Amino acid sequence: MLLISCPWCGQRDESEFTCGGEAHILRPADPDALSDPEWADYLFMRTNPKGRHRERWCHTHGCGRWFNMERDTATHDIVSVYRMGEAPPDDRDGNSS
Amino acid sequence: MTSQPYRLAEGGVIDRTRPLTFSFNGRRLTGYSGDTLASALLANGVHLVGRSFKYHRPRGILTAGTEEPNALVQLEAGNRSIPNLRATRIELYNGLSAASVNCWPGVRFDAGALIDAVHRLVPAGFYYKTFMWPQGGWHVYERLIRRMAGMGRAPEGADPDRYERTNAHCDVLIIGAGPAGLAAAVTAGRSGASVILADERGQPGGSLPDVASDGDVTGTSWLGDTIAELQSMTNVRMFTRTTVTGYFDHNFLIAVERVTDHLGPGAPAHLPRQRLWRIRTSRVVLATGALERPLVFANNDRPGVMLAGSARAYVNRFAVLPGRRAVVVTNNDSAYEAALDLHRNGVEIAAVADLRAVPVGPAAEAAAAAGLNILRGHAVVDTNGRRRVQAVHVAGIGLDGSLTGPVRALHCDLVLMSGGWSPAVHLFSQSGGKLRYDEMLGAFLPDGSRQHVLCAGAMNGVAETASCIVQGQDAGKGDVPAASEPTASTVDAHWPIPARNRSGEVRQFVDFQNDVTAADISLAVSEGYQSVEHLKRYTTLGMGTDQGKTGNVPGIAILAGSLGVPLPAVGTTTFRPPYDPVTFGAIAGRDVGPLADPVRQTPMHAWHAETGAVFEDVGQWKRPFYYPLASETKHDAVARECMAVRRAAGIMDATTLGKIVLSGPDAVRFLNRVYTNAWGGLEVGRCRYGLMLGEDGMVLDDGVTARLAEDRFLMTTTTGNASRVLAWLEEWLQTEWPELDVYLTSVTEQFATVALAGPKARAILTGLTSDIDVSAEAFPFMSWRGGHVAGFPARVFRISYSGELAYEISVPARHGLELWAVLLRSGPDYAVTPFGTEAMHVLRAEKGYLMVGQETDGTVTPIDLGMQWILSTKKDFIGRRSLARSAMLDPLRKRLVGLRTEDPELVLPEGAQILPTAPSGPPETMIGHVTSSYWSGALRRSIALALVKGGRDRESATVHVPLEGRTARAEICDPRFYDPEGLRLHG
Repeated sequence: MLLISCPWCGQRDESEFTCGGEAHILRPADPDALSDPEWADYLFMRTNPKGRHRERWCHTHGCGRWFNMERDTATHDIVSVYRMGEAPPDDRDGNSS
Repeated sequence: MTSQPYRLAEGGVIDRTRPLTFSFNGRRLTGYSGDTLASALLANGVHLVGRSFKYHRPRGILTAGTEEPNALVQLEAGNRSIPNLRATRIELYNGLSAASVNCWPGVRFDAGALIDAVHRLVPAGFYYKTFMWPQGGWHVYERLIRRMAGMGRAPEGADPDRYERTNAHCDVLIIGAGPAGLAAAVTAGRSGASVILADERGQPGGSLPDVASDGDVTGTSWLGDTIAELQSMTNVRMFTRTTVTGYFDHNFLIAVERVTDHLGPGAPAHLPRQRLWRIRTSRVVLATGALERPLVFANNDRPGVMLAGSARAYVNRFAVLPGRRAVVVTNNDSAYEAALDLHRNGVEIAAVADLRAVPVGPAAEAAAAAGLNILRGHAVVDTNGRRRVQAVHVAGIGLDGSLTGPVRALHCDLVLMSGGWSPAVHLFSQSGGKLRYDEMLGAFLPDGSRQHVLCAGAMNGVAETASCIVQGQDAGKGDVPAASEPTASTVDAHWPIPARNRSGEVRQFVDFQNDVTAADISLAVSEGYQSVEHLKRYTTLGMGTDQGKTGNVPGIAILAGSLGVPLPAVGTTTFRPPYDPVTFGAIAGRDVGPLADPVRQTPMHAWHAETGAVFEDVGQWKRPFYYPLASETKHDAVARECMAVRRAAGIMDATTLGKIVLSGPDAVRFLNRVYTNAWGGLEVGRCRYGLMLGEDGMVLDDGVTARLAEDRFLMTTTTGNASRVLAWLEEWLQTEWPELDVYLTSVTEQFATVALAGPKARAILTGLTSDIDVSAEAFPFMSWRGGHVAGFPARVFRISYSGELAYEISVPARHGLELWAVLLRSGPDYAVTPFGTEAMHVLRAEKGYLMVGQETDGTVTPIDLGMQWILSTKKDFIGRRSLARSAMLDPLRKRLVGLRTEDPELVLPEGAQILPTAPSGPPETMIGHVTSSYWSGALRRSIALALVKGGRDRESATVHVPLEGRTARAEICDPRFYDPEGLRLHG
């Protein structure tokens, strides 16, 4: 069970959280401008990497806040945790991955 | 009462001043405090303990610990009974009662043993091939096989014992309180770290008492001193009888503490029977030791054949002689230590057959010096004896592994075997640790993990106690143990040992519990099962309750041999939790009975219960389903409640509907995005029905939202979706539209809500309020008013789900029961009838109103429901773009229709399939299914809603609904069966 550091509450057990899937997928500003395949891509298609993955998590049974987390899907190492709207720490340092 | 003929007069860690009586298979026996059931049975000369899983072969006690595959018993009877416990792990208490499993009528004569005579009919994977004809016959055979197989019996009543679940946090968790673990604990403890030391045995010390009769192999008082120091440290917690069974991510581990199992039914009532520990730790030190392996020779499973180290434990720890005349067979040096200890205590060692051509090692030298009869390059190739081994056959074994020279018989009542030791890497492997194969030891050793875990002692292949202590000290400091060079004796692996005849009759057991033989493994390989994971599942190797702790490595070796590849190329199967069986009680803890799942009750619940309402579970809520009078059936009660609403008035407890307050200047913008219709024009004091879609365009939820103020709305959701909808809205607000200034507050439990419905609703309400004008003009449909009802502050919403004139009255929750009572008291004049959810379902279905979760199932769009009218074309909303996908426009999508059965009395079953033509044999063309179906008292006929391909385009068509034994005919119609113009509700 992961030990997750909620940016608002600190370290809590994974059982307090829900995972909301891949992060940084923006809802298209004008859905009508998208073709069916493009809309389907937004709706359904997600990356499924072995390794580092940026995900949205919600501290459901805690403060109720959503936040972002970069996690290694193979080792379950949590690389970073950052608030909604913040750039991933790697990007801030200019080491975009 | 029998004496204990195999008990030594002195020695061991048992307490001879505390004799205990117990019964086994109805026979009264005695033992001592400190015994296990297994050691007490051996003290009484009982070796035959059970029957094997598949062949019902007589089985004895193979080991002295957790790894035991054979000696499974049913402990106690009645509700407290536990099946398949290992006799080697049950601590003896006074009055204990146990019985053999998997035998009938008894363990000495077991009818199931006939299977053994015909074992060639049930080879590996037999259930995949032997019972395959005639077609369908498996269903018959399976029942018979299940009766033959399986082991103990599940207790029949509810478990009367109490279990607990507890959390613990520490800096260092040390697993195993042998020399390495104790050294690690005392070192970590001295550093000031918070330490938990967990061990499965009743006392710390690990295997020390197994290998030395004074309980301390160090020859000093190290063990006693160390335990005393640990007990003096306030930062160290020592858990005994605690087995760590699971190692999960981020150093989260699960342990089961057997708090009172060793006390039996007389345990103090304030203590739980078992306690499940959920432990989060910064570091883990694994000092889990090593498990001895059997050798694989013909008939190696007879009672009296035992692992050498276990026999040694019985002599030293329990002062029990497991036999009088022993033959030892080994491929390594450690068995000589056992031979010497038994020899010293008066067991005649008939011979030591050493598979190695040149026995090396200090113990072998000591044995030679003691004059033991050592047969170099020899093996035991077979055994005799029905319920107890009586003789073995030994033969020379050449360097190429084949037998040489004549076969000789040796009489004995005990065989000690040692196939070397396997480090107990289970937890390490669960941690994500990698293993490497050590050729010298013939064993898999830990080789680095992604978690903060260190290994120390025998699980690193270290044998000497002093080296284990040094390793433990290193690990306790947080250093990787330095002297990790394995020192356990090297093995000369021979798996399997060749049999003296090579016919198919040879039974060389690898997995004792699941009756898997070397021949089964070879057969599986010849049938193409080459992966160790496939082999495991096909032969069931390692799939018993012991998870193959003793036999897995020999099994892997035989697989590698059959494939002609080196053993490491085969690898191990995945080690998964639990390391040791866990009871359901420990997992459930106190979450049983009424605490298994929270129950939510409305403020009016007591009245419903007293009135005899039948309840329906909706989410966690208990909702009145219907209120039967005296002898009414469900059908009668629901019909009466429906008629009351249609003709006079009824009240329903609507408290459970989800209520969410949306407040903030951007509330309208937000509503416009999450609902399909437009909200800007809604005036304060008005309500509107809204439909919520997922981004995929499918209906998610519906409900009425009222505008309380310019910047405040009260949204209602369906009962079952309340928390889902709140989470859904929060997710969009927080992740996609943080710029919107809107706050959401769940107020479901702050208000009690009563729906008052029926033609007399207005008259009733008029009598209960003085500050709300309830006239049709002042209080129109789809509006709400604040004021007082029955003297309570109230919000009254004029909305209707029944199609009648109706009001929903919300008051602070604490007044709910009183409001309910007041409404009922208005009964004599207006005959107010309480109605439940089933009547509500019928009433809304008569109106063709959708019920989320009934007409929708996550694949239904508003267009499918004929609700295009609610889709705004002037704004974007969640799910809108998806409705324009080409597939959504397919005219052959299933759409909502009404169904009128040809036979008006027939109520179709919900879920029934709909065919366009009479059935003509499979495959049928299925065009839809029934979603709701009821008897309508108002219409005096049955009604149904259905999703049918083409929908209303098929109106007036006759469709066919196959039922059991017949087919019903029905006509597709408008789903609005009752008052389609809505005159009643607007009245």
